[in-house]
Order: sequence, then C-alpha cells, then structure tokens
Amino acid sequence: MAEAVDLRGQVADVLPLDPYALRADFPILRTETSTGRPLVYLDSASTSQKPQVVIDAVDGFYRGYNANVHRGIYEIGERSTAAYEAARASVARFIGAPDSREIVFTRNATEAINLVAYSWGRRNVGRGDAIVLTEMEHHANLVPWQLLVQEVDGDLEFIPITDDGILRLDVFEVLLRLRPKLVAFTHVSNTLGTVTPVREIVQMAHAAGALVLVDGAQAVPHLPVDVTDLGCDFYVFSGHKVLAPTGSGALWARRELLEAMPPFLAGGEMIREVHLRRSEFNAIPWKFEAGTPDIAAAIGLGVAAEYLMGIGMDRVCAHEAVLTRYALDRLATVPGITLYGPPADQRSGVVPFNVEGVHPHDVAQVLDRFGVCVRAGHHCTMPLHERLDLAATARASFNVYSTREDIDALVAGLGEVVRIFGV
Amino acid sequence: MDDLYRDYILEHYRHPHNFGVIETPDLRWEGANPLCGDRITMMLDVRDGRIADVAFTGRGCAISQASASLLTDELRGKTLDEAARMSADDVLDLLGIEISPARLKCALLSLDTLEHALAEGGPPASPGDAGTPAGVDAGGTEPD
Repeated sequence: MAEAVDLRGQVADVLPLDPYALRADFPILRTETSTGRPLVYLDSASTSQKPQVVIDAVDGFYRGYNANVHRGIYEIGERSTAAYEAARASVARFIGAPDSREIVFTRNATEAINLVAYSWGRRNVGRGDAIVLTEMEHHANLVPWQLLVQEVDGDLEFIPITDDGILRLDVFEVLLRLRPKLVAFTHVSNTLGTVTPVREIVQMAHAAGALVLVDGAQAVPHLPVDVTDLGCDFYVFSGHKVLAPTGSGALWARRELLEAMPPFLAGGEMIREVHLRRSEFNAIPWKFEAGTPDIAAAIGLGVAAEYLMGIGMDRVCAHEAVLTRYALDRLATVPGITLYGPPADQRSGVVPFNVEGVHPHDVAQVLDRFGVCVRAGHHCTMPLHERLDLAATARASFNVYSTREDIDALVAGLGEVVRIFGV
Repeated sequence: MDDLYRDYILEHYRHPHNFGVIETPDLRWEGANPLCGDRITMMLDVRDGRIADVAFTGRGCAISQASASLLTDELRGKTLDEAARMSADDVLDLLGIEISPARLKCALLSLDTLEHALAEGGPPASPGDAGTPAGVDAGGTEPD
C-alpha cells in the first residue's frame, strides 16, 4: 500500500498505481529526442501527454463516423451525436456533476471562464460590485475579470498569499465585508502547486452572498474532483491537461445558473427557432455551444475521463503526492537551488525552482540536451512572480506516467547546469 | 558538449563588459522581454556624432546578457549612423553560436533596446511601447 497522503483531507490509502505499466499506454514516451535521449517529460502542467485510447478515439471518429452532431438523420450522424453526448456524460461523472446537461463543452478552461465572465458577469456584476480573486491566479482567471470590471465599473480584490503560497483566509474574511458578487480562484496553483481549501472558501463566500467559480485546470488531472461535494457554483477545466486532446474543455455550473444566463457565442446549434429579428435559444447545455464544436476532441475528453476513472483518481493523487515529496527531497540536494511553494502535504504535482545565478531559460535549455522537458518563464502568473519578487522560475510537473527516474534525470541534468555555470 | 554555452558566452555572462551606469547619458532606453523576464537598460554618451561611451544594466539569461556585453563592445567609437545600421545578423555573428527560434528574442533584446535608444531614447521623453526613456538628462544632447 502507498503511504497515506493527507492532501487537504483527501486521505488516499490506496493501492499504488504502477506508472511503469501505464507508460506503455503513452506512445510518445517511447520516443527519443534528436540527440538520442529518451523523452523525460516534466511539463504536464502545461499540457499532458495522450494515451493510445484517446488517440484511437480521435482517429476512430475521423475514420469511422465523422459527421456533424445534432443534425444528420443518417447513421454516422447519429453515431457522432451519441458519442459526443456520451462524452458529456463521462465528463459529468468524472467531476461529480449531478446532471450531464450542466456540462458545457468549451475549447479549454480559458474559454469557460470567459463564458462565465461575459454571460453571467455582464448580467450580474454592476457598478461598484466587487469580484474577489487571489494573488496566484493564472492570467486566464484574472484578465477576463479585469475586462469585466473595467466595462461595468466594478472592483477587483485579491486574497493575498503567504511567501509559501498559502491563501490568507483571515484577509479573505475581511474582503467578504465588501459583499462581493463572485469569488473566483484556482483549485491548484499552476505555478506553486498549492491545493486551496475549496470547501472552506465556498462556505465563507456563500455565507457572504457571493457565488464561487473554481478554476480546476490544474486540479482535475491530479485530484479526485466532485463539484457537488465542493459546493461551488462554477467549475472549469481544460481537457488537454487531463490526457485529452487540445481543443477540449468544460464548464460545469449549477443548472439554474446556466438556465438564467444569456448566451455567450451566438449562431447555429445554440438556437431553437430563428426569425429575421429575433431567436429563441436552445436548452442547456447546447445554448452555450454555438457552431460546430470540436467533436473529436470532446469524444477524446470523454475517453480520457473514463481512462482516469478506470485507474482511480485517488490513486493518481497518491502517486503524484509520493512523487512530489521525492522530487522536493532530491531537488533540495542540488547546489544553489531554491524551491518555491507550500510543504509537500499542501501541494499537487508542481515543483517550481531556480538555480542561483542561472536564468530559468538557461536551466531549461541545458536540461533539453538531456531530453528533460521543463517549463521556464512566468507560467502565465506574472502577478504571482511579482508578488514573490521573481523574474521567472523553472517548473517541473508530473502526471500519472511520471516516475522517480524522470526526477533522477532532472536532478542529473541540473548537475550539468551547475557544472556549466559554475554555481 | 554544449554549443550554446561556450566558454566565451559564459564569460560574458558572468563578467559582462560595459556593465554599469552612465549618470547622465545622452540616450537611454529600458528594453524588456516580459515573457522571459529579461531586462536591459542601455545608456549611450554621444560626442560629435560618435558613441563615446556605452553602458548597460539588467538581468536575464546568459544569451541576452552576453549579447548585450558583445554588442556594447562593438558600439564604442561607432557613429550613430553606423550603430543604427547594426542588424540582427551582425548581433548573431557577434554571438557566434547557433540560436534556436525560441531564444532569438533573448539574443536580440540588446539590439532592440539599442534601436529604441537611438530612435527615441533622447530628451524630450517620448514614451514608446517597448520601453521607457526614463531618467534622461535634460541637457544631454551636447555633453562637454
């Protein structure tokens, strides 16, 4: 049995998963770089690799039953519609949504947040109204709200973080006196890996009359997520970070919210009746899916969700928790290294770091020679880097297929960084 | 094994030439690659149409800092026209290493900063979109 991992109360005392066996499902992990090195992919927080079943689902759609959804009165049209809606049901089960009609397919988490900001936001946030975010949001959960409050003359407030990247809920409590309309925050920080206390924040926000949007882009790939249990009002995530194709993602929102919200994008599919001067809109979720969607990607997302449910997200979570602890211990031995973020028991599989005197780009470039892929830069969290007084960081991140050997390769590559730059 | 991080590149990174401040420069520009966090401020003293002194400060990756070190070495003594004619290829030749497309912005930040300094880095302040001519000496066009 794996050691029990206490990740914000999600105790995982589960059969450990075997990443070496799972790796056989991911064709790209058998490839080599141009320098003949095996691929050591440690940038899963940016986008995940795809298992064969997902690749086959996309391939099978285009080869076998490519047709538009909700239109064709012919066999392959009915098959594509059935597969597309089955994917929606899989996604609903995957994140604990009570009703698959509450799942709106989007291109990614960014589009899902924009949908809420435009549709719900412009109807419910007005002059002087506050929206509360945190200092460690991805730009995707910041810029749409900036645009909204600029337009309606509202205000943004931010829950500060400690230097370790832990949210200051004592300050949040004070911010709630502003009676914000919405609290929008990340479930897991894409830069620091911090797992935020969603249930606690939801309870506090609801008690103050605010709705809650949770950005789950970095949580859904790594933790068991149950939106009903979390109690939030909106939950968004990207498919491509959760083993699914790019171009897939989802918004979950409570049914009555979706029903009351006006359309976001307008066009085909989202209508019931169109006249020259007015239209009646389709029922949810199709009201929010104007135009032909990325059918293959959505079907792939459904398959990815089934694949992960087959493994068990509690096991994925336990695997990555053990790996993160291993990474933090091993990386700490690198001369001149600084590790950022909260303690291992409060973070998911993201490890940001810097090597003293070496820019993260140079770190990443040297690691690339060893086939080791890490992200270098600001990871779309410039305000967080500003808060921590960092120009940039390097970041290693994990997924189901990550192993201790990947981390050993990273540490060996960092040894070369230290040698070249004479840290 | 590493073509990019040759000894002279690392030497320029660790001990950049012309690294420092000119107190009242004739031309000054702060350039940045916000995506990488690379930042360079270039300062130039001009006498009789020639670059009499040049200095830079900043922080960033080895490529951006070595490029600034090499470029500023090259600039001293050049006329403003000659400096303005410096091309991307000239800077890449100075670096003498293979630069991948992803690192081109790092390699050329110093040239971009120079171009802005020459075009709009003098008084009166003329804010540009890639940086700011901060702290320009009011009477700086004709030193000495």
